[in-house]
Amino acid sequence: MKIIELKETITASNDRDAQVLRDELKRQGTLLVNLMASPGAGKTTLLERTIQDLKDRYSIAVMEADVDSDVDAKRIELMGARAVQAHTGGMCHMDAGMTRRALEELDAKDADLVILENVGNLICPAEFDTGAGKNVMILSVPEGDDKPLKYPLMFTTSDVLLISKIDVLPYFDFAIEKCVERAKKLNPSIEIFAVSSKTGEGMAAWENWLSNAIDAWKA
Amino acid sequence: MHEMGIILHLAKTLDETAEEQNLKRIGKVVLQVGEVSGIMTDYFEECWNWFRKRHPKLEDAELVIETIPAFTYCSSCERTYPTVRFGRECPYCHSGETWLVRGNECVIKEIEAESNDPDETRTEIETPPTPEEDGK
Repeated sequence: MKIIELKETITASNDRDAQVLRDELKRQGTLLVNLMASPGAGKTTLLERTIQDLKDRYSIAVMEADVDSDVDAKRIELMGARAVQAHTGGMCHMDAGMTRRALEELDAKDADLVILENVGNLICPAEFDTGAGKNVMILSVPEGDDKPLKYPLMFTTSDVLLISKIDVLPYFDFAIEKCVERAKKLNPSIEIFAVSSKTGEGMAAWENWLSNAIDAWKA
Repeated sequence: MHEMGIILHLAKTLDETAEEQNLKRIGKVVLQVGEVSGIMTDYFEECWNWFRKRHPKLEDAELVIETIPAFTYCSSCERTYPTVRFGRECPYCHSGETWLVRGNECVIKEIEAESNDPDETRTEIETPPTPEEDGK
C-alpha cells in the first residue's frame, strides 16, 4: 500500500466537469442560468413572465429539475419555450453531470438562454456547481428577511438575488433594506432586484440585467 | 440525500485518481471535514459503507474522518473565536462583522492504495504532517 496525498475538495470532479461544460456553453454562445429558491418561492411563475417578455428577442429553453413529476415543464411549454423535465433520481440538487444530460435531451445548441430551474431547496444546490454562467436565487417575501442569516452559502454563490412577491409586502414583516444589507454583507457584488411576477413591478430591471448578461456571454 | 450525493462525487474523484495513478484498489480514504461543513459524519460513514460494497475498487476502502474545528474572525476587534460555541456574533465585542476562517471545508486529504505496477507497491510516500491546530 502506498499513501497518496490528494488535498482535493470532495467535489473536485464535479467542479472540473462544471468548468468544462461552462467553457463549451461559452463557445456555443448559450448562457446557462441556474435558478435556485425554496419550494413555493415562485420560480416557475417568474420564469413564465420572463419568457413571455423576452421570447421575441431571444431563443429560450428551460430545464425543470425535480425529484419527480413534470408539472413545471408543462407550464413552461405553454409559454412557448422548449422545456425538459430533468429528474434528479431522488437527489436534492443538480450537479454538472445531470445538467449535461438534461442539456443533451433539450438539444438547445441554438438557444441564447437556457434556464435550469434547480430543485426547490436553499442548501444543497448552492454546493454543487452545475456549469452555469450565472447563478440566480429567489427569496420570496413570505419566507422572511432573515434567510441570508440562515442560508449564507446560497447568498454567497449567487450573482443575483430576486426578492419576489413584493405585491404582498403590506401583509408581512419583511424589511427589504434589512434583507439587502444582510445579503450584501455576505456577498458585496450580488445584484438585487425586488420584483412581483404578478403585478410586473420591478420585472423590467431584472429582465434588463438578464438581457445584458445574455449579450455579454456571446461577446 | 445530501450525504449520498457527496459520496457519489467522492467516488468519482477517487475513480479518476485510480485511473491516473494506475491503482488497483484503495484501502483507506482520509477526509478532513470542517465542523460547520454541514456534513453529518455518522450518516456519511453509513452511506459510505453501503456504497463501497457495490464498487470493486473501493470495497476495502475504510473511511477515516478528521474533524477540522471551525473558527471565526472578527474584523472589528480582530480576534478569533470558536464558531460552533459563539456563532456569527463576536463574543468579545458583539460585532456582526465576522467571517469564517476555517471549518467549512471537505477535503480528501490522502488515500492509501495498492498500485497495479509491481515495482511501486513498496513505495511509501511520507504522510504529510497534519495541519497545526491554530487558534487554540
